[in-house]
Amino acid sequence: MPEREITFAQAVREALAEEMRRDARVCIIGEDVAEAGTPFKVLSGLVEEFGAQRVVDTPISEAGFTGVAVGAAMTGLRPVVDIMFGDFITLTMDQMANQAAKAHYMSGGHWKVPMVMRTTLGATRRSAAQHSQSLHAWFSHVPGLKVVLPSTPYDAKGLLKAAIRDENPVVFFEDKMMYKLKGPVPEDDYTIPLGVADVKRAGDDITLVATSSMVQVALGAAILLEKEGISAEVVDPRTTWPLDEKTLIDSAKKTSRVIVLDEGYGRYGVTAELAAVIAEGAFYDLDAPVRRMGAMHVPIPFSPPLEDATVPTEQTVFDAARRMCKAA
Amino acid sequence: MTTTTSKPEVGHGTAAEKEKWLRAYRQMVSIRLFEEQVNEVYTRALMPGLAHLYSGEEAVAVGICEALRIDDYITSTHRGHGHCLAKGASPDRMFAELLGKEAGYCRGKGGSMHIADPATGNLGANAIVGGSVGIATGAAFAAKNLGTDRVAICFFGEGALGQGSLYEVMNLAQLWKLPVIYVCENNLYNEYTRYQETTAGTILGRATAFGIEAMSVDGQDVRAVNEVAARLVNRARAGVGPAFLQCDTYRYSGHHVGDINREYYRSKQEEQLWKTDRDPILVLAKWLIELSYADAASLDRITAEVRATMESAVKFAIAAPYPNVDEVEKHVYA
Ligand SMILES: Cc1ncc(C[n+]2csc(CCOP(=O)(O)OP(=O)(O)O)c2C)c(N)n1
Ligand SMILES: [Mg+2]
Repeated sequence: MPEREITFAQAVREALAEEMRRDARVCIIGEDVAEAGTPFKVLSGLVEEFGAQRVVDTPISEAGFTGVAVGAAMTGLRPVVDIMFGDFITLTMDQMANQAAKAHYMSGGHWKVPMVMRTTLGATRRSAAQHSQSLHAWFSHVPGLKVVLPSTPYDAKGLLKAAIRDENPVVFFEDKMMYKLKGPVPEDDYTIPLGVADVKRAGDDITLVATSSMVQVALGAAILLEKEGISAEVVDPRTTWPLDEKTLIDSAKKTSRVIVLDEGYGRYGVTAELAAVIAEGAFYDLDAPVRRMGAMHVPIPFSPPLEDATVPTEQTVFDAARRMCKAA
Repeated sequence: MTTTTSKPEVGHGTAAEKEKWLRAYRQMVSIRLFEEQVNEVYTRALMPGLAHLYSGEEAVAVGICEALRIDDYITSTHRGHGHCLAKGASPDRMFAELLGKEAGYCRGKGGSMHIADPATGNLGANAIVGGSVGIATGAAFAAKNLGTDRVAICFFGEGALGQGSLYEVMNLAQLWKLPVIYVCENNLYNEYTRYQETTAGTILGRATAFGIEAMSVDGQDVRAVNEVAARLVNRARAGVGPAFLQCDTYRYSGHHVGDINREYYRSKQEEQLWKTDRDPILVLAKWLIELSYADAASLDRITAEVRATMESAVKFAIAAPYPNVDEVEKHVYA
């Protein structure tokens, strides 16, 4: 029997529904999460099954309801907060970085904050500079938070279920361009541990380390490279923290060439950290400096040709990888 | 919507009442003498970091916490020693925390501004002004959602009125009728600035704008604070909704222990007036003696006992070991 295929959005919804059935403490808090099911319709149907006490519509108060989730998580609930666009995490920064991330440590391990923040990332939706950013590096910088970047429907379901069961604050970034992407997802209950990378495609000549939206780009580039006789390995860390350093370093040692791809801003971002980890761990096995590709260091423009120029594409990744391999 | 100052009930002369107010007296003296020791230990350079003393404001923490159960929640502030003690924390583990020792409430990793204690419902003191308004409201959200009748108290200074998140959560609390009470300790100063220079309009108007039950009370009169707190706590417990209580009070010392020369922002006469005319401990003592619940000698005995407790707490903390350095990486994640 062929494996069931569902969309990324359906996988997210299925993970939430299963966890809410399993554990009455799990609830959803955010703007337009109930009847509307979010602007992306990711949560459609949940309020009908679980009621308005567990799928809670809020005013447009990101700091306020994120703070409420922190306190509720400390005192017995397991809230999943919905931040409509990743750009709006800026409004929740004190609640996440100073409160949620530090309550366990500052209390000497007495209080725990088992909450999840779900939000989005990703450009090319023609949404301009305040609805297109990929700001996961900001949370990855803060000790006490975990950051998850699913790249397939299968990963989305398994990682979200693990995030909800985690005893720590976890931020879960969904690529809004990927919501309609279909893939095989088991109907059973499964989790994917946070901190375990996944080799999405095996190869020998070059490693493409890619996160979230960039995994599909890397896989597309790998197909183009194969036609040129270049075998690319695609490694998806799946979480920026905890980070599976070993899988990245092992792949780098095997192929000796690495490009790191991430849709966040390149400067001081996730690509910088991953490249540094690989350079430190595999330096003597590398044939070339680790290359980084991310969003350009500009506010994301509206005009389609301009916006398209800001993010790596299959073609630009293919070109960079081919140059790197041919130079050897 | 009530915005009147409440009148304290007069005593009914029962043994339970006598015991309650003697307990409140002892608690206020404990806070006063705890802070006296903090000042001492700090000026002897034994305490790292900053020390924001609660002296002068004792009636607020004690009046409120006397109306709570041990399983009710509080969130506290950078000026939080009084809240922690009033909610039931023990002075020796508090002092150990202030000195960064392993025996402290947070194993030395929080310090003066972060004391937290699940056993007494203390969700933690917070060094971000207004930083705990979400946490307190969230605890009330969980209490309601889980069907318990716990109440959450959110202590904050009037400086937190400048933080927008307060208004976000007050809106939520009133929409959802959450059992949370916002306790604004108006000690007249945001650090080194008079609150009138930072606060447009009225304090209570901020809460009544959301339809939240709001009132002010003489924060130097523990009986007045307790009477209104008991009413608001019962109301919240019964599911009626949140409340906002403005407690007019005064801090005796500087913003922190090192804030010595402060005549540029407040006068010595003003400080003296609060200490002689409106001291919360003197006010209660006078009443206890008037009602023959105590005499001067018995109150002195309480003070002496508390002083001995505080001195031994300090000794305990000084002698206690620091955490092992490998503690540094523990508790980043649960
Ligand atoms: C968000 C934030 N801004 C500034 C500070 C620095 N700060 C610490 S206490 C304080 C004044 C607080 O005044 P108030 O809330 O009235 O409390 P009080 O000290 O009078 O008890 C300031 C500005 C801080 N800790 N947090
Ligand atoms: Mg003040």
